[in-house]
Amino acid sequence: MITELGHFALILALFVAIIQSTIPLIGASRRHVGWMAVGRSCALTGFALTALAMLSLMHAYVVSDFSVINVVQNSHTDKPLLYKITGVWGNHEGSMLLWVFMLSLCAAAVALFSDNLPPALRARVLAVQGMIGVGFLLFILLTSNPFLRTFPPPANGNGLNPVLQDPGLAFHPPFLYLGYVGFSVAFAFAVAALIEGRVDAAWARWVRPWTLASWCALTIGIAMGSWWAYYTLGWGGWWFWDPVENASFMPWLVGTALIHSSIVVEKRDTLKSWTILLAIITFSLSLVGTFLVRSGVLTSVHAFATDPERGTFILLLLIAAIGGSLALYAIRAPALKGGGLFAPISREGSLVLNNVLLSCGCATVFLGTLYPLFLDAVGGPKLSVGFPFFNRTFAPMMVPMVIAVGIGPMLAWKRGDILGAMQRLWVAYIVTGLVLLGAFYVTYGGPVLATLGLGLAAWLTAAVATEFAERIRLFRVPAGESIRRAIHLPRSAYGMTLAHFGLAVSVAGFAASAYDKEAIEVLKPGGTIAIAGYELTLESVSRIPGPNYVADDAAIRVASGGQLIKVMHPERRFFPLQQQTTSETSIRTNFLTDLYVALGESDTAGNWTVRVYWKPLVPWIWIGCVIMAFGGAVSLSDRRWRVGAAARSVRRPIAEPVPAAGE
Amino acid sequence: MKRLLYLLPLLLFMVLAGYFVISLRPNHDIHELPSAMIEKPAPAFDLAGLGDSKPLDLDALKGHPFIINFFASWCVPCRVEHPLLMRLAGQNHLPLYGIAYKDKPADSTRLLATFGDPYRSVGIDQDGRVGLNFGVYGVPETYVIDSTGVIRRRFVGPLTAETVEKDLLPLLKQLGQS
Repeated sequence: MITELGHFALILALFVAIIQSTIPLIGASRRHVGWMAVGRSCALTGFALTALAMLSLMHAYVVSDFSVINVVQNSHTDKPLLYKITGVWGNHEGSMLLWVFMLSLCAAAVALFSDNLPPALRARVLAVQGMIGVGFLLFILLTSNPFLRTFPPPANGNGLNPVLQDPGLAFHPPFLYLGYVGFSVAFAFAVAALIEGRVDAAWARWVRPWTLASWCALTIGIAMGSWWAYYTLGWGGWWFWDPVENASFMPWLVGTALIHSSIVVEKRDTLKSWTILLAIITFSLSLVGTFLVRSGVLTSVHAFATDPERGTFILLLLIAAIGGSLALYAIRAPALKGGGLFAPISREGSLVLNNVLLSCGCATVFLGTLYPLFLDAVGGPKLSVGFPFFNRTFAPMMVPMVIAVGIGPMLAWKRGDILGAMQRLWVAYIVTGLVLLGAFYVTYGGPVLATLGLGLAAWLTAAVATEFAERIRLFRVPAGESIRRAIHLPRSAYGMTLAHFGLAVSVAGFAASAYDKEAIEVLKPGGTIAIAGYELTLESVSRIPGPNYVADDAAIRVASGGQLIKVMHPERRFFPLQQQTTSETSIRTNFLTDLYVALGESDTAGNWTVRVYWKPLVPWIWIGCVIMAFGGAVSLSDRRWRVGAAARSVRRPIAEPVPAAGE
Repeated sequence: MKRLLYLLPLLLFMVLAGYFVISLRPNHDIHELPSAMIEKPAPAFDLAGLGDSKPLDLDALKGHPFIINFFASWCVPCRVEHPLLMRLAGQNHLPLYGIAYKDKPADSTRLLATFGDPYRSVGIDQDGRVGLNFGVYGVPETYVIDSTGVIRRRFVGPLTAETVEKDLLPLLKQLGQS
């Protein structure tokens, strides 16, 4: 009954979305206030309906209603409650429902927090979001319906893939989808602006918070996925350049470019058509990612549901959404007037450089990911492009970018003084030099590129600190005055400083992964492994029953110089239902280095394979991502975006140029 | 001229969409690859065994149908396939032999020690010469070879439970009877 209610709500949501995508659009072109207002009520109703659908599917999972095919295929009565709930999106149908739910959430948020938007723009934005909703609701209802029943119901379900039964993975998809789908708002704003033929500073100010929020969610989502891979797969790797990982990374790269280029639109009223294009491409890449994952045109570890019929449907959706918006762009964008001019060496210039490098980086990842597809279409051999390609092409492109991130914020708008900026960065040269020397000394004979990477991270950190010190005129004015300045700095300035610092932290983590040490030994209880100054002794292995698995739990004593540090407990879990074994690693971190222990197979003689990794700075990768996302959130809390502040600028449609922060 | 520039994104996307359409064309199974080697005698090999394994010699394997699985420790899809191989080796007692393709012996040993060893024996093909003779595009690849040493079937990419049930096991059964 509840399942049918959810099914019905989803069908109703489709009809509401159809109204949402048409009536407000007509209303906007005819200036009919009532018709335009329909968008808002539709968005809110659509959200309520999809939420109802989501909850009813969740209910079917929680009570283990095995008359629903989707529950049979992905759940089991023995599964812990948390995974019953998160199992809702651990499969194709459910994850598409989550997608649509997030979409309606975004539409409802736009409807609620857009009182300050001109009604016509708001109506058009909501209509575009309605169109995306129609496409995906049709997709779910026609090809991937999670509410279908089966009769007679089986006694129990097939269970969820054990690898997916993990807290890290439970919340990875919602964040990722919030990021993907959040970019639909920027997309809707871009398309609405193209329909209206007008892009101005006020437009950029409305789009930016939405882009920032989605970017933060995507950053967290990607970091969670990478962290999950790190501690679950048991190989110590944190990024595999897998097509699905790339599918989430590409919108992140272009989304990062979008955040930066929309600053130029807001402050300097230029780069408009480029920013519009970026907004379209960011969301298009989210759609292409969905297509690649769902259609099975590329083989991937993540491709859990592939079906050519679904692929065809998503492809049609893709052609309609991306082709349509790019066609509109081709027609309308040439008419957008560029604003202020600027010299190549200027804040704008550095942001353009940022955009060029990020877009090229994204294009590289795109080519690397789709290369097998292109080759296959022309009858070439099947192959996939692995680590070496990405490491040799993507990494070198990001080096100048990280260097430029240090210099860009020091340049003035319109025309910057690069020599002056370089001179003011003298502290950064010293810090970088010292870190390089220190790292060379400590890791003498080790990988040189990793040491250079550490130098890069040091450069960025020092440059970010210098820029911040300049803003508050540290050591140039009395300390009290500096503190007063620091307190009055806009939140967006803090956001930038934090996000750039987070990037530096992550870069250090990426670079230091080349220093990893590993040891693999076959141990009898009592046997010892020595690695990086630690001695690990396998004390015992005991069998422990879990809710839906049996675990072999090893007790491994970690000591350094005879001093006991910790007893670690890596496990191997066997899931009888799926006949599958997973490895539960044990990680000891002091936020500088990780000691990573995984338990392997045992033989009949009672020998256990134990794998140990010593990974310096690896936690910094994710700490850096969290700092970046936090920086985004701080910037988001800037008073400029607040409803009141934005409303004031609406009353003066031609926004006054906002003084560049810090001046 | 300037208008053309604005048209460029659309044109590029249309090219891309064209590729997508091609790769979704009916009867186009990305896992199925034509191979010049099907129904031909398997290229001869005599590989050093990994660890305690005996050397892997084609002539010694003839007499019964058997399966050759090319794998490597650096290959992520192999890890996906691995539990299935373990199950096949454990439950169905399949004559499954492994060839460690372009992989350091130490790494292969570690892989099998960690995730279990489904193979009766494993040959080392570190320079990929044998893989080249077989026409291996990428790992994992699985070949079914009959008792006379003729390649009967090739599976590219990770085996799935479905292909094993519907394709591999019936073929082996049929080969074993004839």
